[in-house]
Order: sequence, then C-alpha cells, then structure tokens
Amino acid sequence: MEKINVSMKVNGKDENLNVEPRTLLVHALREHLEYTGAHIGCSSSHCGACTVDLNGKSVKSCTIFAPQAEGAEILTVEGIGTPDKLHVIQEMFKEHHGLQCGYCTPGMIMRSYRFLQENPNPTEEEVRFGISGNLCRCTGYQNIVKSIMAAAKKINEEAKVEEKEIA
Amino acid sequence: MIPSAFKFYKPNSIEKAVSIMKDFGDEARVIAGGHSLIPVMKQRLTDIKHLIDLSAIKELKGINISGKSISIGAMTTQVELITNENLFKSAPVIREASLQIADPQVRNLGTIGGNVANGDPANDMPGLMQLLDATYKLSGTNGVREVKAREFYEAAYFTAREDDEILISISFDAPIGGYAYEKQKRKIGDYATAAAGVILNVDKGVCSSASIALTNLSDTPVYCYEAVGLLTGKKIDDNLLSQVTKSCVEQSDPVADQRGPVEFKKYVAGVVINKALKRAFERS
Amino acid sequence: MDDVKTPSSEERKSALSGLGTSRKRVEDARFTQGKGNYVDDIKLKGMLFGDFVRSPVAHAKIKKIDTTAALALPGVHAVLTAADLEPLGLHWMPTLAGDKQMVLADGKVLFQGQEVAFVVGDDRYAVSDGVALVEVEYDELPVVTDPFKAEMENAPVLREDIADQKEGAHGPRRHPNHIFTWESGDKEGTNKVLDEAEVVADEMVYYHRTHPCPLETCGCVASMDKVNGKLTVWGTFQAPHAVRTVASLISSIPEHNIRIISPDIGGGFGNKVGVYPGYVCAIVASIVTGVPIKWVEDRMDNLMATAFARDYWMHGKISATKEGKITGLWCHTTADHGAFDACADPTKFPAGFMNICTGSYDIPVAYLAVDGVYTNKAPGGVAYRCSFRVTEASYFIERMIEVLALKLGMDSAELRSKNFIKKEQFPYTSALGWEYDSGDYHKAWDKALEAVNYKKLREDQAKQLELFKSGKSRKLIGIGLSHFTEIVGAGPVKNCDILGLGMFDACEIRIHPTGSAIARLGTISQGQGHATTFAQILASEIGIPASDITLEEGDTDTAPYGLGTYGSRSTPVAGAATAMAGRKIRAKAQMIAAYLLEVHDDDLEWDVDRFVVKGAPDKFKTMKEIAFASYNQAIPGVEPGLEAVSYYDPPNMTYPNGAYICVMEIDVDTGVSEIKKVYALDDCGTRINPMIIEGQVHGGLTEALAISMGQEIAYDEQGNVMTGTLMDFFVPTAWETPNYETDFTETPSPHHPIGAKGVGESPNVGGVSAFSNAVHDAFKPFGLTQAHMPHDHWRVWKIAKDLGLHN
Repeated sequence: MEKINVSMKVNGKDENLNVEPRTLLVHALREHLEYTGAHIGCSSSHCGACTVDLNGKSVKSCTIFAPQAEGAEILTVEGIGTPDKLHVIQEMFKEHHGLQCGYCTPGMIMRSYRFLQENPNPTEEEVRFGISGNLCRCTGYQNIVKSIMAAAKKINEEAKVEEKEIA
Repeated sequence: MIPSAFKFYKPNSIEKAVSIMKDFGDEARVIAGGHSLIPVMKQRLTDIKHLIDLSAIKELKGINISGKSISIGAMTTQVELITNENLFKSAPVIREASLQIADPQVRNLGTIGGNVANGDPANDMPGLMQLLDATYKLSGTNGVREVKAREFYEAAYFTAREDDEILISISFDAPIGGYAYEKQKRKIGDYATAAAGVILNVDKGVCSSASIALTNLSDTPVYCYEAVGLLTGKKIDDNLLSQVTKSCVEQSDPVADQRGPVEFKKYVAGVVINKALKRAFERS
Repeated sequence: MDDVKTPSSEERKSALSGLGTSRKRVEDARFTQGKGNYVDDIKLKGMLFGDFVRSPVAHAKIKKIDTTAALALPGVHAVLTAADLEPLGLHWMPTLAGDKQMVLADGKVLFQGQEVAFVVGDDRYAVSDGVALVEVEYDELPVVTDPFKAEMENAPVLREDIADQKEGAHGPRRHPNHIFTWESGDKEGTNKVLDEAEVVADEMVYYHRTHPCPLETCGCVASMDKVNGKLTVWGTFQAPHAVRTVASLISSIPEHNIRIISPDIGGGFGNKVGVYPGYVCAIVASIVTGVPIKWVEDRMDNLMATAFARDYWMHGKISATKEGKITGLWCHTTADHGAFDACADPTKFPAGFMNICTGSYDIPVAYLAVDGVYTNKAPGGVAYRCSFRVTEASYFIERMIEVLALKLGMDSAELRSKNFIKKEQFPYTSALGWEYDSGDYHKAWDKALEAVNYKKLREDQAKQLELFKSGKSRKLIGIGLSHFTEIVGAGPVKNCDILGLGMFDACEIRIHPTGSAIARLGTISQGQGHATTFAQILASEIGIPASDITLEEGDTDTAPYGLGTYGSRSTPVAGAATAMAGRKIRAKAQMIAAYLLEVHDDDLEWDVDRFVVKGAPDKFKTMKEIAFASYNQAIPGVEPGLEAVSYYDPPNMTYPNGAYICVMEIDVDTGVSEIKKVYALDDCGTRINPMIIEGQVHGGLTEALAISMGQEIAYDEQGNVMTGTLMDFFVPTAWETPNYETDFTETPSPHHPIGAKGVGESPNVGGVSAFSNAVHDAFKPFGLTQAHMPHDHWRVWKIAKDLGLHN
C-alpha cells in the first residue's frame, strides 16, 4: 500500500509519520507514536473513548484519517499533566471517584479539559450535555459530573489566587 | 472496521478539487467532516479509491451575513454555526437545530456541507435547509450552478449533485418570525425518530408567511407545501394548527427501523410538528 | 523504649485506611494519566494481527471457502479455517455449559457473525483487506429465531452434530433443538396449592436478550515461545486461572507451560467470562507462525458474536389468600440459548440460580422448570452484572408480585411487606432449597418508603392522573418498587464448580522485612478497584496501612488459583480468603510477639496494629517490629519469614438485598419517559469502602436503566442482528442518566469472615425491576398488567395506544 508522510505536533513534540492514508488518527497515536491513552470503544464515533484535542477542539480520533490531521496540534491525556503534577481534572477524577475500569477515562478527561475552557462555570446540566459524546459503562456518570464540577471550582479558585498575586 | 485503501488529496482550490473529481468519476469522493462518510467506509459499504479532503480550500469556509442575505461556506462546522452570534441573531433556528445534532465532538468536525450534500434522510440540515428555502451553490467541470434545497433531494443518498460537482456554499435569506426545530430521538447521538422545523410569521394573529419541513420522515427531507398553504393568511388557533399538523403527517412516509414501526413514527411526527408549530407561534 | 507518645487506638486505626473507610483508589493514578495497560496496548516484537471472516447469514451450509485471493495479498500470512484446526482437534471447543461450540465454521454456520475463517497479517489494515478477499459460498437454510418455534415438529434441525443425541449434559433431550430441562422444587405440592388457592395471578414475563457491552471489547495477545515451550496469553479474561486450565485441557500443552495474564480490564460485566474462538485462533496462529498474535474484536463483532445475556421467557403463576398472604409460586421458563449452549453457569446449574426466584418472600411451596433451546442466534447467556440468572429471577418475582397486587387490589408495597421473610426467620431455607444467610427486609423496606415519602408520592401520582384524565396533561407518573434478594459469591465447592473446578478463591500474603506487604489473589479486577479494597481488608486484619500493601492479580504464574470475577464473587470469596490469610499472618505474628515480649501467646491481645501484653499497655510489639523480627531472629519453633496463603471454600453463598424505588414521568404520546427520582437502598453486609460501593451502585443502576428502557440485542426473522452499533444498542450518555440517591442498611453475613456480601451486581438486579415496574405502574389505572421490556419510546407508546389512550 502506498504511504504518505504526515507531520503533526503531539503533546508539544513534532512527529513525522509515514503511513497509509487510510490510517485512522487513533491508530497513528496508539500504534505508531505509542500514546495508548486514547482508547477504541466503538469505532463508530459514538463512545468518545478516543477523544483527543485537535487544534484546540475535542475530536473523536477514530473518525479522522491521519492525513486529515496534517500540521495539527494534538493533545492527548498523556500531555496534560505529569506524574509529579497532575492536571486538576485528573486530580479531581481521583478525588471524587470519577472512574472505575479506566477505559473511558482518558477520553472523558480530554473532553472535560476542553469543555472547561469552553465553559469555565458550567451548571451540572451543562456538564452533562458537554460530555454527552462520551460513554461510560461503570460509573453512571454521577461522580464524573461531580469531578468536573469540582475541577471547575478549583481551576477558578486557582485563577483568582493568581490574579491576586499579580495585583 | 477498517476502510479499504485509497489515495488522499488535499487540494487548495475548488478548481483543483473539481479536476480530481473529473479524473476519477465515481471512484472519487470529497470528505468534509467525515462523520457520515468514514463510518460507511469503515464498514466497506462504499469503495472509494480517491479521497479529496476539502479542508485546505479557504473559500469553502466562513459565514457571511450582509443585510438579510446569509451565505455559509460548505466547510463550516456545526460548532461554528452554533457559536456564531451574528448568525444566531439572523437565523436562530440554526443554533436550535444544530445543538440537536450528534454530540459535541462530532459537531466540532461535522460540517453543514457534508450534512446537506450526503443525501442521508436522517441528517437534520437538509430538512432545515428546506425550511429556510436555501440555495446550494455547486461547482463542477461545467462551472458553477445553483440548485434550490427544495429541489436537491431525489431519494435516499441520491441528489441533484453531479459526480464531478462539489457543494461550495449555502445561501438563504434571514427568516422572519417565530421559529422552532423539534426533534425526538432515543438518545444523544441518535438520528431523529421524527423531527420538524417551523417558521411562522404572524401579524395580528394571522399567519402572513410560513415554512414547515420534516426530517427522517421520508427518504428525502419533506417540505410541507400543502400545510404551508393551509396556514398562510389564516388566523392561528389550535384547531388550525391541528389541521396543519395532519396535513404534514400525511406528507410523511417514514420507514420502520429500531426506533419503531411506521404507525408510531407518524404519530410522533404529529406530536413533534404540533409542538414546533406552537412554539414557533409563541415566539412569533 | 518509648519516648514518643503512642497514638491512640483510634488514631492508629484511622492511619490504616482499613475496613469502612472511603479510601481513594490506588488504580486511578495510572488510569487518569492514560497509563493503564489494556490488552490492545500490548505490543510485542514481531507481533502479527488476526481477525475473522464472519458469516453474514444466520443459518447456512458452507459450500466452499476460497482463501486464494486473501493469501496472495501482501501482508497476509495465513488464513485458518476449520479444516486447518481439525487435525489439532481444535475446530470445536467445549463450552462452560457442557456443550461444544465451533471455533471456526465446520460445514455450516448457525448465527450471523459466526466465525468462519481467521486471517493473520502484518497489522489490522492488511488483515482487514484479507478478510474482505476470503470468498465463502453459503447455501442458506431456514432460520429459527423464536424459541417457541424451535421445538416444533417440522422445525429445522440446527445442531446436526448432535441431532441424534437423546442425552445432553443436563439430562434427556426431547427434540433436536432442545438442550435440557431443569427442575427445582415441589411440582405436585405447588400445583395442589395453585388449584386450591383463593387468588392466582398468571403471567408471561419476558426478560429480553441484551449484552454486557463493556467499553473495551474482548481480545487477546497469544505468544508461543518455541524456544522454551511456553505459551503466554494476555487477554480480557475475568477468570485467568480457569482459562489456563481449559487451554491446557483442549490444547494438550502442559498447564505449567501456559501463563495467562489478565492486564487491566476495561469493564467485563460477564462478557469476558467465556472462552471465545478468537482466543483459540490467536493461540493456534501463534503456534503456527511462531510469533505473537493479537486479536481484538470491534464493537459490531462484540455485540453480534460474543456472549449475550438474558433471553428468558418466564411463565409464572403465583397464588395467595384473599388477604394477600402468598401461598405458592410456579414458573416455567423457556430459555433461548442461541446456537451453542455456552452459558457461564456452575456445572450443576444449567439455568444458573434461577431458583432464587422466590425472591425476598416467605413462599411455602414453589416449583421451577427451565427448558433450554437452540436458535439461530449467538451463543452466550452470561451473567451481565448479576449472579447467574439472578436478575431474571428477581425481575420475574418482582413482576409477579405486581401482577398479584393488581389481582388482589392491594398496594404492592403492602403486599411485599406482608410476605417478606422476617428477620427472625434467618437463616431461612427457601422452598427451592437455598439457605438465606441474613437480612432485615422490613427494616430496609420501611426506611426506603419513608425516605421517598411513599404516601406523598402516591398522592402526587393521583393528582397527575386527574390532570391526565381531565385532559390537562398528557403525562402519567409511575412509581416503581422493587425489593430484591441476590445470591452471590459462588460458591461452596460441594455444589459449585465450573468444568470441574471448585469455585473457591485464594489469597497469598508476604510481609516484607520493613513491614510492608504484597498480596496476590486468584480473582481479577475488571474495574471494581480490588487493589484498593482488598488492601483495606488486609489493613484491618494485620495492622499494616493499606498504602503499604501491594495487591497483585491476574498473572497465573504468580497468583494463587482462583475462579475469577463474576457473580459478585470477588468480595464474598476472594475477600474472605484475604481476611483468612491475614488471620494466619496474625496468628504467626502473635507467636513472634510472645517470644519477643517473653510472655505466653495467650497473654497477648491484638490492638489495631500490634500485640499488647494484657494489662500492660506499654508492653507491645507492632506489626512492623514483628515483621522485622521474623526475618532477623531465630525464634525457636517458628519458621523464618511472615507469609500465609488461604484457599477459601465458602460455607454458603451470601445474600445481598435491597429496596429500590423509582419515580418516572411518561409522555403517553411520544413514549418518552423521564426519571424523576431513583432511590437505592442496599444491604451488602459489612461495607468495605463506602465510596466504591456508591460508585458501584451508580454504575449498576445505569446499566439497569439501559436494559429496562431500551437496550436489546434484536434480530429480524432472518436472524440478522438489528442492533449492531452503539446508535441502536442503547447505552445512555450522561444526558439521559439521572442522579441517584443511595442509602444502606448493614446486616453482616454471619458466615463471611468480615461479614461482607458483595454489591457490584445488586443495582442491576434491583434496578431493572424498579424501572420496569415504574412503567407498568404508570399505566396500571388503565388496566395494564404486563408489557415486555425494553420500554423504549415506541413500546411505551404502544402500551398507551393499546389501552386506548391516544385520540
């Protein structure tokens, strides 16, 4: 099969791939670049386990061909925190039992990450609508919603503290 | 769930895209957001050998509003339709309908062009474009031509678009009056069991102009001419709206699927249409 | 020696994060960072990929399989068919239910999606192209999808391989499409009571076919190392040890040369208990090619071919006095098992624990018969987030109670209360032979009714009904009640085995010199957080902080033998083994402490994390000190080191129970329902980690909501699967899912070392009845007695239509 070059920036790092054009972005990330955080749950863009951030938008990486992401900036769950300093959302998912088997979690966290930038002060209803592209089979969502609400609160509090410090 | 192999093109102009389509005929397909196309390719229900990504063509993007004329580039995403405040001021029904399509991630990539051009009767935008009496601009080997949305759809997945043509933009006049887009579905991400869009312009209780269109209630979107005729010039009351609803339902021709049998869909269509009529009336 | 003030017992107890604390999960650090290790994350050197050619039709003879074009494709290495597996004796495999199942189609196919050929290639792209090029000629045969038509005289024979076999694994077969008849209870006695009863309710209750659909599908990586003769298989296995034994038995590779590893599992819910053709083919392909082979099914494969759940047609009769005292229960179930009997049940229970169908009620006499039949549907019959067929049993009795209440003209809450097994009756032996360990059903029921203000709910419902009747509203309110008794923790080896393997479980503990520990268990977590909760059990037993205890599961080379995770058995069985192993550690620690303190063993008492000399509180040895001593001191009569292992054979099952109430608003014109309230009270005995219990209840309720309100595996008459994607197979999003109120009572199990009963499956068992009963309840004033699930929009609409509620 004929291959083509695709370059993209993943978690801040420039990557060059030589892949078949039909390679799905999720496979490019998982199998070629070994970012296995994004998972495959349905392959039909219903479950959201493969959600990553592409040019500042949440997308389902199972329904994008790698060459469509040529030149894109991609952020995966591996790129939002470090083992020493988790992202607030990661912390809050741990704190509020927002996960069980962990399979939907990377997609859920990446969607929350973007959602809270789109809507920093969401109501519970808005959170539920905002993550409605992500399925979870374990938690019944209640603690996921709780985790995201808590993360929003914490992010806003931290922002206030920063503002004060600057002032 | 792996598509068969294809060659990938990313032209930066409409002309280049059209010329690739001309070269390969029905072996070529354009891809916009890909959320209708890629799932079908994954199931190998279609054999595409040449895939043309339209995302590098700048002319296909953007929302232009000048006075009451609105023009939307085919590659405009649903999320752009939702978040554009000027568009919301001019045609709020678009946001209302778009928010009922798919889910946040899909709306980030799904485009108005892909949604209308695919010819899938389950898609919401074709019905919405009937409602707005939109005009589609197509570009092909023989130049640019315009087709009315109400004349574009022939059967499921069959449209007036020629193999070498690309939908480049959609235009319509800002609708006047109350509006509503009502959709019943089983869950987020589902297609409509029945959906209806209504625009009602009312002057002192009398309907001066109206538009009604249905989604997923036939093998093409349905524009309800007769019902619009029944409404126009009449004083609006519950009785009239019931008659109008009945007329719309008569024009529907849904098929049975996992959402339910025909009888159910027609009944729900009536409920959804009536709700849309009432809400549009309230907003008029 | 002690200058520092000793912390109080309470302070030291709290430092352990033991039983009863909402300890945060240790698993979450890796999961939240995308560092879980699921099967599809495994990448081995030289690994190839395999996938199936599947049957597009439900019943056909295979005339020809042509693999030429596929084999000619660059990147395709091999194509296996039944003909290739036959010399190895692997074209068929035994099922857990004593039947056998085709690994690859042997001359015919029996359901849509059945595995026909296995293509091996460089990666999933090459394999996918290869799959498309395998040409199969089918000669279609008539299809049976209705279990009641399967046993008709002229029905097509599905299983030609056993057509003449009159005796099956569970007794006589009366028809080529009949699998077994299983009976329990007193047939004559029950019939007599029914004949003479003042009131009898008679109803057919269908619990439709659905699917566990974990977010991660099934898959494996098989690696045959020809140098050392060892086969390693990483897979989505809920029972890794059982898989190892079965793999050894069917492949004749010695068991010590097989290593099964269950890495992180992305949910199982019963789907990952069985052995699937993909595992066998990946193993064979690895043996043939000499390199590791990965097989991971996609979602459509998962929904079409790996194990379904339920599909029970339960015909019931329940009798009572006019005052509402239940006198007898009769049930005949027609069980649609699909093309092969691959139910995952303990050997002696071909219909699982369906004979818990007397539920929470003191019913003097009962009779149950279950007939299993073959149809042209996928095999399975797994316990989807329930103990074997318990959700079917519970749904059955909770519907029969409602139907009986209608017949009696009695409030069903009162009818339940009137018939509950009383607290003082425990241990209680049911008419179908189970010994219920403990419970206080009245207490739970009264607490639940009070918590939701049941009286007020009924008043609100009546008001809404008036609005409906007067034409002011098109909505009705339904109040769904459910009280369930589960039977979990299979189980006692005397009556529970799978393929001859007793259903015990095991735990092995090693205390390190510095006083931290590792514990290995025979079970495996599928997301429940074992590494968190089992460490809590141990912390309380041996006085080492939970955070100092590593939990390891899922590697058969290192973990002790156990039967895995399903049927809510991890806590009742493996949890008990953990406590028992901990007690062995403590017993040895006591001897060491006695030696160090120069007192007799009996002079010591246990105090949270140490042994203290009775009456001399300042004379003690902490577990940390004892651990170090066990490694560095010669203690007469005591072996060095501090280790223990326990293989726990539970004396009985445990019987978690609960009271669930749901309030639902239903639009009669659209069939759309809105959940207004869900209250779930669980009694799972001793509570290990309340946070995790609550999470389990939320999740199980959501699965119950899905099942009752729309989720199904539907077939058309040709046997085509109509629900193969997550658009049509209903899995609710956060938007369709309500908030839940949880509550509890705590009645410890008297026979479990720590009194725990298991909870993961309760919410599914209790939830389905609560949701379904709410739908029924809404339409009760108009004469509805029974409407089958799932209660999706159109079926609810149909109820209203049939009752004449549409204009």
